[in-house]
Amino acid sequence: MNTLNLVVVSAGLGKPSSTRLLADRLAASTARQSGADRVEVQVIELRDLATGIAHNFVTGFPGAELRAAVGTVARADGVIAVTPIFSASYSGLFKSFFDVIDNDTLTGKPVLIAATGGTGRHSLALEHAVRPLFSYLRAVVVPTAVYAATDDWGSGGDAHTDELPARIDRAAGELAALMDRRPAVPKQAEAVVPFAEQLAALRV
Amino acid sequence: MQFGIFTVGDVTPDPTSGRTPSEHERIKAMVAIALKAEEVGLDVFATGEHHNPPFVLSSPTTMLGFIAAQTERIILSTSTTLITTNDPVKIAEDFAMLQHLAQGRVDLMMGRGNTGPVYPWFGQDIRQGIPLAIENYALLHRLWREDVVDWEGRFRTPLQSFTSTPRPLDGVPPFVWHGSIRSPEIAEQAAYYGDGFFANNIFWPKEHFKKLINLYRERYAHYGHGTAEQAVVGLGGQVFMRRNSQDAVREFRPYFDNAPVYGHGPSLEEFTDQTPLTVGSPQEVIEKTLAFRESFGDYQRQLFLMDHAGLPLKTVLEQLDLLGEEVVPVLREEFAKGRPAEVPDGPTHEALAARHAAEAAQAAGTTV
Repeated sequence: MNTLNLVVVSAGLGKPSSTRLLADRLAASTARQSGADRVEVQVIELRDLATGIAHNFVTGFPGAELRAAVGTVARADGVIAVTPIFSASYSGLFKSFFDVIDNDTLTGKPVLIAATGGTGRHSLALEHAVRPLFSYLRAVVVPTAVYAATDDWGSGGDAHTDELPARIDRAAGELAALMDRRPAVPKQAEAVVPFAEQLAALRV
Repeated sequence: MQFGIFTVGDVTPDPTSGRTPSEHERIKAMVAIALKAEEVGLDVFATGEHHNPPFVLSSPTTMLGFIAAQTERIILSTSTTLITTNDPVKIAEDFAMLQHLAQGRVDLMMGRGNTGPVYPWFGQDIRQGIPLAIENYALLHRLWREDVVDWEGRFRTPLQSFTSTPRPLDGVPPFVWHGSIRSPEIAEQAAYYGDGFFANNIFWPKEHFKKLINLYRERYAHYGHGTAEQAVVGLGGQVFMRRNSQDAVREFRPYFDNAPVYGHGPSLEEFTDQTPLTVGSPQEVIEKTLAFRESFGDYQRQLFLMDHAGLPLKTVLEQLDLLGEEVVPVLREEFAKGRPAEVPDGPTHEALAARHAAEAAQAAGTTV
């Protein structure tokens, strides 16, 4: 059976961060539900790429590290994208990463979206901000989006509440099922339209 | 192989003095730079075309004609001529005229420009950028090769029995390069016609341009113009030199940090590491430029960007002295080493005219 590349994009800023914690839980559950040893998980911490992302905006090209991260996402069989909610939406860093990626990179890829925040009142940001972003990128977003407020982690600082683990497993199960059914990521080939066709299209 | 400089014609404040040259000063400075390029032994001077501030070069053939009158040897070219928004009929006329006045020392580079709003200023639509580049050039190509042209396309009024005058000098159209930063369609276009392909090569890492140039070379061979190694490739480059490397870095840093294109982004060190920009001694420039051949194969034309980001004229002229005296002679010698005999030299009117005459003689011989 083929190995599946699961790529986690985390926009958490703290170290440790609850965003990364949620991302890791989602990745572990996805791997578990995909079958043992079938999933290879790679994590992209956007915090480490923050300067490179800003430089990409200024210069128009990605530096080596950012280029590698974008390549990792391009080769993914599935993506878990997790952001903290800032000012009622995804964080600027999270959006910026998906701004510098070519807008067809995620086309057809299964994506699980998740977010963290201080209060459950922001949970719908996943539906009104994060989901439309990935719809625009033509990703296949799983039905369950996971929001974890501070309360959800429980007083022990771990995922002992009943609800969050159940939601994590449901969303991860949906992602695992989509990745399982998806054909392998094709190698990207440089498509050239022969010049005669370009001329013919203009009837010149 | 040909070596030269290309300019964008920007009016940029000097960040070290805060002074902005007037348009008039900048235009005269560009002429002084072109004359200096000939004086120090460079082969090519190329100028951009822009129709908005802070650029001054809206009328390239006027500028190049003025320079042609004061030079003897240097090839006058463009970087680029907007094939999308200029009427191809006017390009055909202007550059044929310039070619006559300059005794053939003229070629040009087609480009689509980088400024969206310029399209509507000339009655065009940016969404049609690539189709415009393809159709307009198809017409230009015919206007220089057929004495009488009937034409109907999507983007301009039809032509019936139209003759573009003057006819190209010696019946040989100016050599054409196609410049592109990101479009494989343009590499394909250059390959189709057997024209040159120029990779600006300055702002992005080489991996990106390698892909475009390899595509161009492969398709050049596909269309039967020669082998992939014989395709005509030009590259940009960007350098700032002082005899002592540290002096170059210290002097150029404020210009780099405030440069309109990449300023306020990565550090000078990061940028020189990732792109072809070289800031250092003439020897460092030689080494980095020679390495281009390893990435892109033997090529025909190397143009350097020398006069941007607000560098004062005096500094630019000093740079050209270093380039002409210390860098280019070594590059000529080193690039000639191990260069296969079948790899063509940079295109000149004389060579194209000789080939044209030989082909005509052969055609006459076989029909007799």
